[in-house]
Parts: sequence; structure tokens; C-alpha cells
Amino acid sequence: MDIIVCVKQVPDTTDVKIDPKTGTLIREGVPSIVNPDDKHAIEEALRLKEKFGGKVTVLSMGPPQAGDALREASAMGADDMVLLCDRAFAGADTWATSHTLGEAAKKIGYDLIICGREAIDGDTAQIGPQMAEHLELPQITYVRKVESADGGKIVCERALEDGYERVEANLPALLTVISDVNKPRYPSVRGIVEAYQEKEITTWTAADINADSACIGLDGSPTSVKKSFAPEPKGEGEILEGSTSEVCKQLVTKLMDKNVVR
Amino acid sequence: MAEVKINVDDCIGCGICVKKSPEGYEINDEMKAVVKNPNAPGIKEGADDCPTNAIEVIGDVAPAPAAAPAPTAAPSTKPGLAEYKGVMVFAEQRGGELVKVVIELLGRGRGLADELGVPLSATLMGQGVEGLAPQLIAAGADTVYIIQDPRLEKYNTSCYANAMIKLINSIKPEIVLYGATHIGRDLAPRIAKRLGTGLTADCTELTIEEGTNMLLQTRPAFGGNIMATIMCPDHRPQMSTVRPGIMKAIQPDASKQGEIVNFDAGLTDADVMTRIIEIIKERKQVANLEDAKVIVSGGRGVGGTDGFKTIQALADVLNAEIGGSRVAVEKGWISKDHQVGQTGKSVRPQLYIACGISGSIQHRAGMQNSDFIIAINKDPTAQIFTVADLGIVGDLFEIIPVLIEEFKAADFGQ
Repeated sequence: MDIIVCVKQVPDTTDVKIDPKTGTLIREGVPSIVNPDDKHAIEEALRLKEKFGGKVTVLSMGPPQAGDALREASAMGADDMVLLCDRAFAGADTWATSHTLGEAAKKIGYDLIICGREAIDGDTAQIGPQMAEHLELPQITYVRKVESADGGKIVCERALEDGYERVEANLPALLTVISDVNKPRYPSVRGIVEAYQEKEITTWTAADINADSACIGLDGSPTSVKKSFAPEPKGEGEILEGSTSEVCKQLVTKLMDKNVVR
Repeated sequence: MAEVKINVDDCIGCGICVKKSPEGYEINDEMKAVVKNPNAPGIKEGADDCPTNAIEVIGDVAPAPAAAPAPTAAPSTKPGLAEYKGVMVFAEQRGGELVKVVIELLGRGRGLADELGVPLSATLMGQGVEGLAPQLIAAGADTVYIIQDPRLEKYNTSCYANAMIKLINSIKPEIVLYGATHIGRDLAPRIAKRLGTGLTADCTELTIEEGTNMLLQTRPAFGGNIMATIMCPDHRPQMSTVRPGIMKAIQPDASKQGEIVNFDAGLTDADVMTRIIEIIKERKQVANLEDAKVIVSGGRGVGGTDGFKTIQALADVLNAEIGGSRVAVEKGWISKDHQVGQTGKSVRPQLYIACGISGSIQHRAGMQNSDFIIAINKDPTAQIFTVADLGIVGDLFEIIPVLIEEFKAADFGQ
């Protein structure tokens, strides 16, 4: 089973600090990491490969340093690394990104594509479904367990807000996985040596995947960012006054009115 | 002569400046903007439109090229876009019941439609779901489109997408809203891709831009550290998924009249790409602190392991996870994996209840991004109150048992 895993290099948003004076993000010194959901995607691909054979290709779009994320994935056990790197890809929204990744996937070839549910910098969860649409594949999103993948079919548990559903699709298909699906392995020493010293990253430009310039980068993006800004600081809080029973009643009423827990 | 500075740390490599001034800017191999010619036409406009304000222009600049398109032209001036009229809401139902966010979407959709002077519609898909239409009309819809087919009884991506795309191509709404649920976020991207239009995920604010009548879609990014406002200027419909629980529903009006239209999407078995084997409902599994919707935390004021039983009782009634301050962990009242703060976990639940926690900087760093914060503390000057939305000054052992009864009586969070 040949599997493509899409990987994104992201800033570690749990480490992002806000400049208290300007209210803007301080990006300096924020480490770049492999997007957490994507690690689970890599792990699931490796487990399927161990069961069914084939190879795992990790695919990323980004600047040259995004190759680090691919090497980390390779150290876990992925066979091949492909980086889509071209100035023409810059400014892509999810439409253009899924077009670009989809065209690369066609060139690589696959039985299954696995993506993390979402990236922690953009939080859109749109790349997986849009790639599936681009490639006209069945999709199963929010996968929390892969039950079986033989006989040309895949059966997964897809998480819902109030439970889950068991879904079957014919291969080839595309999955997006959530962190419940598995526990990613640590890279082996041999894996690290191979990934960082022996293996080469295949780098493709827009021309290498025959991308239509109208469908990639800024030109291929229907959406544009009008502005970005720091979230409004919290307003002054309210101290509830009255007897214990009064304040408790007020508190519950306010929580219900404001629809705080959804 | 102009001098142009680009703050590399702030540049997100979006390329908007290059579009404004192709001779002035370019994107380098690091996917960052660099200045090619500071005196090129449009250099100032490129800086002005930078979404992160990473570009600073000092001195005299050349004016924008005459041929440059207006930054936000009215949609009616572009061929095709003016055909799209009206606001549509995807009325997600599960097992014959509307999902709550649908009513919220209709509330906000009503506001947008009124501002634009256009109708608001709802699209209901399933099998035997026509009985839900009056609820949608009462919640604000002028028209309800019903698509019924046995293949739509349970949600499946391809059938729902194909039916919705047929309807959108026929009705041509200018705005389509979906709830950002596990179903909405599965469905909407697929539709946007095939329609060749934009989609903004998990929006928390939707407004209409004055003058252009375009939809301004605001959403958190970077784990909630920044907000971004997104537009879809040249493609229709403008589509968003909207975070549940944010938009305000309107008071239902059972006397409101509306039109119900049955739409035939002409689905066949060829539209089916995935099969649902079964749907299993389950009570929310015990989640870790990072994923918890509600966290009840205890600190020094809890006083000991026994005191944490009170915290546990409150957590139980809210189906919440338990957190602890560094003091509580260091004293061994609760294990390290529950610690919230700079040296513990960073959390952002929908509701964080801090009990007997003074709120040192290091604790606040780990929880101040929570959507809603309640503080219970004896000391009215405790720092925790500076980040709290609601505070109660008093003894937590007196307050929590009463609070538990109130939550139970209100059926809160169930």
C-alpha cells in the first residue's frame, strides 16, 4: 500500500508570546515543529505499511527549511520526502494549497493519503477535504481509529461531537486523523542517521508538477487576508455581590445567558 | 526617494505587496517579502495592504500604477458576481433533529440579509425531515429548500456535497454559512473547492463591509493568539463555517410566514462514495486538560487532598477536567499532569473555574486565554480576579456546594 502523508512545518503556537506594548505576535525564537496532528498521520501510515507493505512518502509545501519537518518524518520511518518549494506557491489559501498538493500527489501516486486534521497555525482543517475533492477521492475526516484496510476497502471510526460513526470507503481514499488515533513513535537512531545524512529530499517547483499558474499561490486563492490584529483584551471582570445563594444563582444564570459552554 | 523596511518576523509571505507592486516587491526563497525597488509604483499601497503591517515606507513614493485595480471594487461591477443574491444557511440535522448552531446561523444570517436587503434561506437535507421547516422559518428563514433522498438520511460527504452544489448553482446565493461542526467542516471545504470559491473556517464574527457589501469574516488563528479578517472579493458564493455558540439566535417567531420549496438534486447511487456502517453515541470520553471544554482548578486555598474532593464534585457535575496550581501540585494534593501554568500546561477551555487560586503570573500564563474565567477566592485583592470574567469573593467550601446544586437545578452543560 503506497501512502502519501501531508506534513506542515508550523511555529509552536503554545510557545507564541504577545508583545504587551504593540499587541502583536513575537515570532522571534519560536521553534518550528512538525504540526502535531501530522505526526499522528505519519504514525498511522507507518503502521499500515508495516501491515500491508508498500512505501510512505511525506509531502510538504513550504520554504526550504520545511525540509526539516520532512526529515523528522523520515526519521520516524517514512521512505521518501517531497518538498514543493517555489515562490509561485507563496500566498496560497487552502484552495490553492490543496490544488498544489493534489497535483504533486498525482505525480507521486498513492493508494491512500493521510493528513492531520488541522494545522495549529491556521486551524482551518480544510486542506484534507479539498485535496480529496481535487483528486475526486472519498474522504473520511476526524478519524480516531483505522479498523481495517484490506480488500481494497478502508473502515474507520470517525469522531463526532457526541460519539463516533463507523465509515467504510473504497481505496484510494483520503483520511484526516485526530490525536486519538495513535501515539506517534520516536525516531530510531538508524532512522535519524538515514534521514539527516543519507536520504535526499526531492524538491519540486511549480513547473515540475505542471501547475497552472492561475490555480496556485496568490492568484489561485479566492480568499485574501484583509487584516490581522491582536484579540481584544478582556474587559473588566465583574465581582458578584450578595449572599452565597444569590451569587451562585446569578453566576449560573449568566453562564447560561452567555452560552459559555457549548 | 523612499526607504522601505520590511520586518521579516512579521511577514507571513502572503504576497499581497507583490500583487500591488510587482516591480517594488518580490518573495524570496525563504517565502518572505523583500524590496526590489523602493521607488517602484505602488510601493506605498503594497505597504498599506500588508495584513500584518510588516512594511514601513519612509519618504516620498511613486503613486500606484494607473492600471492597478481598485482595492475593493463593488461586486456588481464584476461580471457574474451580481447574479448572486441572498444569504443561505446549511440547516444541519442529525437523526431528524436540528443542530443548535443552525438556529444561531439563522440569527446572524437574518442580520446580514436585512443589511443587504436580500432574502435568507435555509437548506434542509435528509429523509422525512420536512417537519423541521417551520422551526427554520420561525428562526428567521424566508425560504426553506428541502432536498429529500434516502441517500441523505445519514450524513455522507459526497451526497451532501453534490446536492448542495446543485442547489447553490441553481439559487446562486451570495453568502452560504455552515456550522463549524464535524459535519460542517467536512462538507463545506469540498463544496468550496468544486465551486472554485473561498471558504473561511471557524469564524467568530461576520459583518458586511460598507460600500462594497462584501462579507468580512473574522476568525482566530495561531491558537487564538491573533485574529484575522478574511474576504472573498472575486468569487461567489462567499462561504464560512461558523463556530458554534458564538452567534446570537433571534427570538423564534411562530407566526412568521415562509416559503417551503422542494428541490430535486437528482442523486443516484453513483453519488455515494462512503458508507456509514453505524453511528454510536457516547458520553464524552475523559479528555486531557488541553482538549477539555471545562476545567475546574484548585490552588492553595483548597488546603489538601480532602479539599480536592470538593473540586472533584464540582468537576463531576460539569463533566469537567481537574486542574491544579503549582502549589497544589508541589504539596502533593494532585498529580503533576494536572498542573496548569507556565511550568505546567497551557489550556484554553470554554470555561475555567479557578478555586482558591491566587493567580500568580505563572498560573495566569497557562489559563488566561480561556474563553470564560470564573474565580472564587477569599481575598478580594487576589490577582486571579484581574483575568476573571466573573468573580465570587468568599470561602470556596461554602460556595461550591451551593453552586453544585444550582448547576444541577439548571441542567447546566448537559
